[in-house]
Amino acid sequence: MSNHEYTPSSKFGKWFNDRLPLLTLGKHLTDYPTPKNLNYWWTFGGILTFCLITQIVTGLILAMHYVAHADLAFGSVEHIMRNVNYGWLIRYTHANGASMFFLAVYIHIFRSLYYGSYKSPREIIWILGMIIYILMMAAAFMGYVLPWGQMSFWGATVITNLFSAIPLIGESIVTWLWGGYSVDNPTLTRFFSLHYLIPFLILGLVVLHIWALHVPGNNNPIGIDLKKPSKDTVPFHPYIVIKDLFALLIFLIIFAFFVFYSPNILGHADNYIEANPMVTPAHIVPEWYLLPFYAILRSVPDKLLGVIAMFGALFILVILPWLDTSRTRSAIFRPLYKQFYWFLVADVLILGYVGAMPAEGIYLLVARVATAYYFAHFLIILPVLSRKEKVLDVPLSITEPVLGGSVSASALKQKKDKL
Amino acid sequence: MSEKKVKRREFIFTATYAVGAVGVGATIWPLIDQMNPDASVKALASTEVDISNVERGQSITVLWRGKPVFIRRRTEEEISKAKEVDLKDLKHPERDEDRAKNPEWLVMLGVCTHLGCVPLGDTGEYGGWFCPCHGSHYDTSGRIRKGPAPTNMEVPKYEFVNNNIIKIG
Repeated sequence: MSNHEYTPSSKFGKWFNDRLPLLTLGKHLTDYPTPKNLNYWWTFGGILTFCLITQIVTGLILAMHYVAHADLAFGSVEHIMRNVNYGWLIRYTHANGASMFFLAVYIHIFRSLYYGSYKSPREIIWILGMIIYILMMAAAFMGYVLPWGQMSFWGATVITNLFSAIPLIGESIVTWLWGGYSVDNPTLTRFFSLHYLIPFLILGLVVLHIWALHVPGNNNPIGIDLKKPSKDTVPFHPYIVIKDLFALLIFLIIFAFFVFYSPNILGHADNYIEANPMVTPAHIVPEWYLLPFYAILRSVPDKLLGVIAMFGALFILVILPWLDTSRTRSAIFRPLYKQFYWFLVADVLILGYVGAMPAEGIYLLVARVATAYYFAHFLIILPVLSRKEKVLDVPLSITEPVLGGSVSASALKQKKDKL
Repeated sequence: MSEKKVKRREFIFTATYAVGAVGVGATIWPLIDQMNPDASVKALASTEVDISNVERGQSITVLWRGKPVFIRRRTEEEISKAKEVDLKDLKHPERDEDRAKNPEWLVMLGVCTHLGCVPLGDTGEYGGWFCPCHGSHYDTSGRIRKGPAPTNMEVPKYEFVNNNIIKIG
C-alpha cells in the first residue's frame, strides 16, 4: 500500500511492527496523499463512517432492552422509551440515525455521479459502494419491522410479497422467508437476527471500499489523474481530517435537530399502533429514503414487471461505469452531461414525491413519466452522450486552474481563448 | 508418468469433488430448511367458525394461519351481480359458482393478491372490495377487476360442518 518503508522510532514499536505492521498502516493512513482541491462534497465518506458506528453502538444498546417476540416487541419498545435510562435518546438516535445515514449516502452517491468518481479505475469502489447501499436498505427495512407496529407489519408484508412475483417458486420463497403463512413471530425473530448481522457485513465492505479507494486514490472535482505525492496533493492528516471533522459538526447539528426537536417527523403515526394482521392502514408508505423505488414499483401496472423495474433501477446503477464511457470524469467539463445530471436529480426527487402520494390520477401519470425518464437517462442518454458530447479542455494539473482563478468552465474557456 | 495413471488421478479428483459437493449440499440443506414453517405453525392448519349470527349483507373476518379470511353472507343483488359478469371481461376468469359453492356464502382469503394487504369491504368501483395499498378493485365475488393485482382473491379449502359452522383448512 505504502510506497516507502516506515520504521517506527521506538524499539517496542519496531518489534511490534515487524510482527504486525499496524503502525505502517497507520502511517499510510495519515500520510495518504489527497487531492488538495477536494470540496465539502468529499466529506461525506467520513460522515458515513460516523453514521455506521453510531448505528452499531446505539443498536447494540437497544438490543440489550428489546425483546424480539410478536407478543412482546411493541411493549418492549415502549419500555425502552419510558423506563430505560436515556432509552428515548438511544432509540430516537437510532431511528433518525437511519434517515441521516441515507441522507449522507444519497449525497455521497450524487457527488460520485457529478464528478464521475465511478469511472475507471474506480469501478470496484463504486460496485462495493452499491452493495453497501443495497445492504443498507435491507438493514433499514428489517429494522423498521422490529417495533412491530402497523407500518412495521404491513411494510414487511408488502416487501416480502415482492418475491411472490417470481414465477413458479415465488410462493414457496415467500413462505420460506416468513417461516409461516403470513408475517408472524418467526418472521420477526429472523429479521432481528439479520438486522444485527448486516451492519457488520457493511463494516467489512466499508474496509474493502476504503482499501479499493486507496489503490488509485481519491477522485477530485476536476476529475484528473494526479501524480502522488506531488504539488497537487496534501497529506490526509491533518488537512482532510480537520475538514471532515468540521463538516461532521455541521452534519451533527442537523442530526441533533431531528433527534431533539422533531424525532417523529420522519416516521409514521401508524407505527405507534401495535401490529394487527386483520387491518391494513389506509395509506401504506415506506420510509422516505425508499420512496423513489416504491414509485417505480407502483408505476408499472403488472406485478412481475413492476418488481423487475424496481430491482432494475438499482441494478442499473451497479453497471453504470459501463453505460457512461466518456473519458472525461467531472461534469465541470461536460456541459451536456451537467444538464442531464440535474434533470436526473430532479427526476429522482419527483419520484420520491409521487411515491409518497396515492397511486392514482395525475400522480400515477407523473410516476410513469419519471420512471421512463430514469431508465432513459442510464440506457439512452448516457451512452449517447459518451459518444457525441463535445467536452471542454481538461487542465493538466490542479494547480493550473487554481492559479488561473476559478475552476468554472467559462473561466477556462476565456483562458483558452486568450492563449 | 504414464497416461493411464493421469486418467486414474483425474477420476479420483472428479469423484472427490462429486462426493464433496453432495456432502456440502446435505450439510447446507438443514440450515436453509429451518426457515420453512415449523411443526407448531403447520399444526394450526384448520379453524372452525360459527356463522349463525351473520345476517345477509354482513361479513365477518376471522384469522386463519395468520391471515384474515372474509366470510360474507351475500345479498341477492350481490349474487346476481357476480353471476351476470361476462367471463371475457375478467382478468382471471372464474365463474362465481366455482368460487362460492353455496352462493349465499362467499369464503375467501382477505389478502390482496398484489402484495398482501387486506382489502376494504363494501367499496371499490365494482361494489366488492378495494385494496388501499395499490388500488386494486374486486367485485362481489372477490374477483380482480381493475388494478395491479394479478389474480382473484384466493378461496381456501373449506366445508360446512353443519348449518352454523364452517371449517376452514
